[in-house]
Amino acid sequence: MSTSTTPHKAPTAWVPPASSDAAAAPRKADWGRALPFVGPVVLFIIWDLAVRLGFIKAILLPPPVDALGALLGGLAGGPLLGDFLVTVWRTVQAFLIAAVLGMPLGVLLGSNEKAYRSVEFLIDFFRSTPSSALIPLFLMVFGVSDINKVAIAAFGALLIVVFNSAYGVINARKQRVMAAKVMGATRWQVFKDVLIWESLQPSFVGLRSAVSMALVIVIVAEMFIGADSGLGNRIINSQQVMNVKDMYASILAAGALGYALNVLFLLIERKIVHWSGR
Amino acid sequence: MNAVLNAPVFADVPVPEFKPGPAGTHITIRGLTKYFAGWPLYENFDLDIPKHKIVSVFGPNGCGKSTLINMIAGLIPIDSGEILFDGKSLKDTKIGYVFQNYREAMFPWMRTIDNIAYPLKLEGKSKGEVDRRMTELVASFDVKFDLNRYPYELSGGQQQTASIMRALAPNPEVLFLDEPFSALDFEMTLFIREKLQEVFMQTGTTMVLVSHDLEEAVYLADQVLLLTKRPTRVAEILPYTDPRPRTTATLSEPSFIAAKKRSLEIFQREVRR
Repeated sequence: MSTSTTPHKAPTAWVPPASSDAAAAPRKADWGRALPFVGPVVLFIIWDLAVRLGFIKAILLPPPVDALGALLGGLAGGPLLGDFLVTVWRTVQAFLIAAVLGMPLGVLLGSNEKAYRSVEFLIDFFRSTPSSALIPLFLMVFGVSDINKVAIAAFGALLIVVFNSAYGVINARKQRVMAAKVMGATRWQVFKDVLIWESLQPSFVGLRSAVSMALVIVIVAEMFIGADSGLGNRIINSQQVMNVKDMYASILAAGALGYALNVLFLLIERKIVHWSGR
Repeated sequence: MNAVLNAPVFADVPVPEFKPGPAGTHITIRGLTKYFAGWPLYENFDLDIPKHKIVSVFGPNGCGKSTLINMIAGLIPIDSGEILFDGKSLKDTKIGYVFQNYREAMFPWMRTIDNIAYPLKLEGKSKGEVDRRMTELVASFDVKFDLNRYPYELSGGQQQTASIMRALAPNPEVLFLDEPFSALDFEMTLFIREKLQEVFMQTGTTMVLVSHDLEEAVYLADQVLLLTKRPTRVAEILPYTDPRPRTTATLSEPSFIAAKKRSLEIFQREVRR
């Protein structure tokens, strides 16, 4: 199990390229650019050696070349692609529901502190409750359906979005609000010209966590709520028949998906909240 | 027992009659009272701020220099008292305010030019009127940097210049400046100080400046308002009448040095008290 989580954590080492473009001397830069690849390559070498030298039975852990081959073959039109796309679609649906409902709700709650304080406990409580613990409850409400998987994922993601957007508004720089007020802005003008904008950056942090959360819950739901498609379903099915190559390929695909979504949101955030961190 | 004994004392305090300030007064402050955490910061504070003049506020740490202008500008609520601008309330008065921390005063999601135009848009001015006023401002400030950039792309001095332009855009009756130079380097301070003086000579806008630099406070001022330690009262109002434009040469004039020396004496007397 621990080996299964490492492969999709390793690509996280990819994030630095954005910050490493500050590398100074050109000779050093050549090295600097290669640095992000070091982690994954070392991991694959250790993985390969562990299998070759027989530390781990090949029936539990296939050689990395086989797993990568199955991943690429599967995504290049194989059956893995279908499951991959189903998971993407469910995650996107859950995320969109969470974002479309959560952001306005969070901004509204945040701009009325009394309203927020009165629901704060509920939000914090359910935000702290592992959403997977609610799966049986959602099963009773929605039955074993596709809607169920999307609904539970949307619920988990929604709370994160609401929380972050609300706090974004509550923690808006007081001085910007004062600046608008002193120029004669009405409450509504302060809200639409300052508060909403101030909340954008924390909202994006929320959206990014929310899409990760949605993916996690969708995968779990696909494993345990009678699904016949999706990466979660594929992982558990191939594990049942000991098709480890396919299992690792699916795990890597899920990892790649999570990573890609994170990077995508970082890029969108940088584009929209262009002033963040300046 | 105590309560009974004290009761008449309160009852006997007459409501002070409203006394208007001398001719040429712009802002009249009467009976201003403000408590912080149960302690009086201002108690029955009276002040007249003259029109078409620059008043520099100077005083010991914690005497509430910024609090004073924030209360006049309506950013901090007052406990009691009256503040009138030419007899009008703040609601009917157009004011401008320049914050010390320009980074958190500008809106980074708007281009600098839109930041400056923002108060005009709040007034519902048409695009033509806004554009005309922008051209006017750019000319009078002799802006050399690109206003189409975002504020965070500008230097500190450029950002503060822009926020002064924003404050002046709607032609306010009064301009409040809360330590506008504290976050700037010396070169930028000199530059903006000159700009401010130029604008004042062009428009005659009443300005209230909080400063922690005595030289700068005197240099720009027609009156230096010296405050005491809390509970804050007026220690002295020191006129400084050297003609404008004042220049670096002014800094070595005997009259300037005398005014600065006198301010420092009062300041030190108040700090030691």
